[in-house]
Amino acid sequence: MNRSIITSSALHLFIIILTAMSLPFLSKKVIDLPPIVSVELIQITEKTNIPFAPKAKKIIEEVKKKEKKLVSEQAPPKKVKKKKPDAVPMPEDNVKKVEKIKDDKQNPEKIDNEVKQVSEFEKDELFDPSNIAALIDKSKEETAEEINKTDKVTQDQAKNFDNAGLSLSEEDALKAQIFGCWSIPLGLPYDENLLVRIRLQLKPDGSVIRSEILDHARMNRPGQGFYKVLAESALRAVKLCQPLRVPSTGYERWKELQLNFDAREMLEG
Amino acid sequence: MKNTKFFFISFLMILLIPVKSFGLIEVDITRGNLNPLPVAVSPLSIDEKSRKNFKELLKKENIGLEISSIVENNLRTSGLFNPLNKDAFLQAPDIANLKPRFEDWNLIKAQALITGKVSFDDNKLRVEFRLWDILAGKEMMALAFTTVPSNWRRVGHIISDKVYERLTGEKGYFDTRIIYVAEEGPKTNRIKKLAIMDQDGANNKFLTLGNELVLTPRFNPTSQMVTYLSYFRNLPRVYLLDIETGMQEVVGDFPGMTFAPRFSPNGKKIIMSFAKDGKSDIYTMDLENRIVERITNHPSIDTSPSYSPDGKYITFNSDRSGYQQIYIMKSDGGNVKRISFGNGIYGTPVWSPRGDLIAFTKLHKGKFYIGVMRTDGSGERLLTENFYQEAPSWSPNGRILIFYRETKTDSKGKGFTAKLWSIDLTGYNERMVMTPTDGSDPSWSSLLSN
Repeated sequence: MNRSIITSSALHLFIIILTAMSLPFLSKKVIDLPPIVSVELIQITEKTNIPFAPKAKKIIEEVKKKEKKLVSEQAPPKKVKKKKPDAVPMPEDNVKKVEKIKDDKQNPEKIDNEVKQVSEFEKDELFDPSNIAALIDKSKEETAEEINKTDKVTQDQAKNFDNAGLSLSEEDALKAQIFGCWSIPLGLPYDENLLVRIRLQLKPDGSVIRSEILDHARMNRPGQGFYKVLAESALRAVKLCQPLRVPSTGYERWKELQLNFDAREMLEG
Repeated sequence: MKNTKFFFISFLMILLIPVKSFGLIEVDITRGNLNPLPVAVSPLSIDEKSRKNFKELLKKENIGLEISSIVENNLRTSGLFNPLNKDAFLQAPDIANLKPRFEDWNLIKAQALITGKVSFDDNKLRVEFRLWDILAGKEMMALAFTTVPSNWRRVGHIISDKVYERLTGEKGYFDTRIIYVAEEGPKTNRIKKLAIMDQDGANNKFLTLGNELVLTPRFNPTSQMVTYLSYFRNLPRVYLLDIETGMQEVVGDFPGMTFAPRFSPNGKKIIMSFAKDGKSDIYTMDLENRIVERITNHPSIDTSPSYSPDGKYITFNSDRSGYQQIYIMKSDGGNVKRISFGNGIYGTPVWSPRGDLIAFTKLHKGKFYIGVMRTDGSGERLLTENFYQEAPSWSPNGRILIFYRETKTDSKGKGFTAKLWSIDLTGYNERMVMTPTDGSDPSWSSLLSN
């Protein structure tokens, strides 16, 4: 009796392990390793570093100049913001801040973060200017607590995001970006199935490592020439939009992304 | 027994192995932009010897540049493409045709590139062209054409058609011609001649002398044959004219007034309306045995019949409901159904070659509109509005409508001018088609290269 139970359970176990091994989620992990990534990236950067023709150089320089001009145009209003904390009578800090402003002029993106940090820090100082030592201790404790808190939040968020997709605002940002890049071929027959699904592998900065049309067999099917046109337009949109506007956190959940391009709504309208 | 316990526990343990699954995030992209696609049309490269030969033959300094200009102009007028300024091109035409430097073309924001080569081979013009996808960095199409040198404009149109089809997914319409009624003189004594030209307005030719009044020329959808109406001793006659041979024949004299003859989709029948005893009905005539068949029999005025592309249905306008409206019926005259229900008077319905839409002229509150509606009458869209305009005709791919518009030339409204205009289905891309004289009643041919 015992023997038969043992053999049957052993066989059951064997089958369970077999099915577990063959389930897709286990095999997926292998695909996740992206050894090709770096190779492709290097090729791209090499290509773009190829010396341009003299005409091209001029144009690139002009474009760069324009960008610089833009930066300097954007910078002034942010300087005004910074004058407010400067008004606080803290002689040592003032010198440091002036130095910081000089740095910030060249990198406008940095300005925002630092402005906020400085102003928060100074608010504390303004409340108790006499008790600096105690403040330093407290601030250490507070920041430590805050860090812990933020850690907790991000872990919770990560758990939520594992199950949920992108948040509405994140999805909207991505959609809005791709809407702008996708030139819909207007000649497509709108009574056909016009859905192109593209799976992307992304880098943390939103640039595309790999893009794959999921039902690419349809592209070469007779009578489906329009599908090829549509699929190519979708791929062009992805390439044109690079880097994609992806959330700054939670890379694990969106490192693989599927975009469903559906032109019916636009063509029917 | 211990063993069984062990196995049960181990079984449970297996079930409890945490499996972390990331649901793949899907984002639906249901909208895009309808901005014209930026295209770079590089001048076709040409070697020095061929250039001299073509200069002698065609009196054109650089035939490669001329052909690429035709392609560029065609793509621009379609409204779907934005050909980029040639001054911004960084690569020479001959090198670009061998292997474009995609980074350079990407820099000027081109998404597609057309390159090519022209050569003089055995007294013939040989043109090869390539279409490149700049963002994907690959070649999409490569074709070569050989023809007599005088045909160089058509080569430009054929290249445009191929590019258009590859990038939009529908057939092009550039290698086509338009027949129309060329008009000259004051309104009371107007001279009307049949004229034909390429769809871009080039190669304009007059087909009749202007002695007789000509009306409503219509192309056969399957060949270069035209049917039109002409008055002979004040009696309307339906004529057939073969554009390629110049042969002309009378289909028949018909009693009373005859209106708007038009071919059936297979080109074997003509459908038209006759007016008799104060009413007008629709008839067909078989061109092989000349048998006339009556399709409608109603005491109202039924005119402007047009077949659906599959030949199963006919759309026409009729005043049987009191005002002129658009109807459809089966090709044998059965199952008549009114499809236009908006305010105003509807007329000149024309079924799209794609089969999905019917174009029409609408008169409402003293203004003329050209519009389209679905074949069941839903989704009416008015594309353009003006003081007087009518007679829309479809491009062979069903994207563009050509029609004529009359405008007053002085403030008192005495003088007037009639010109051909085209508009696409979006309603935004409206253009005047240049003709040497005034023009009316245009009809678009099918693709010549088919």
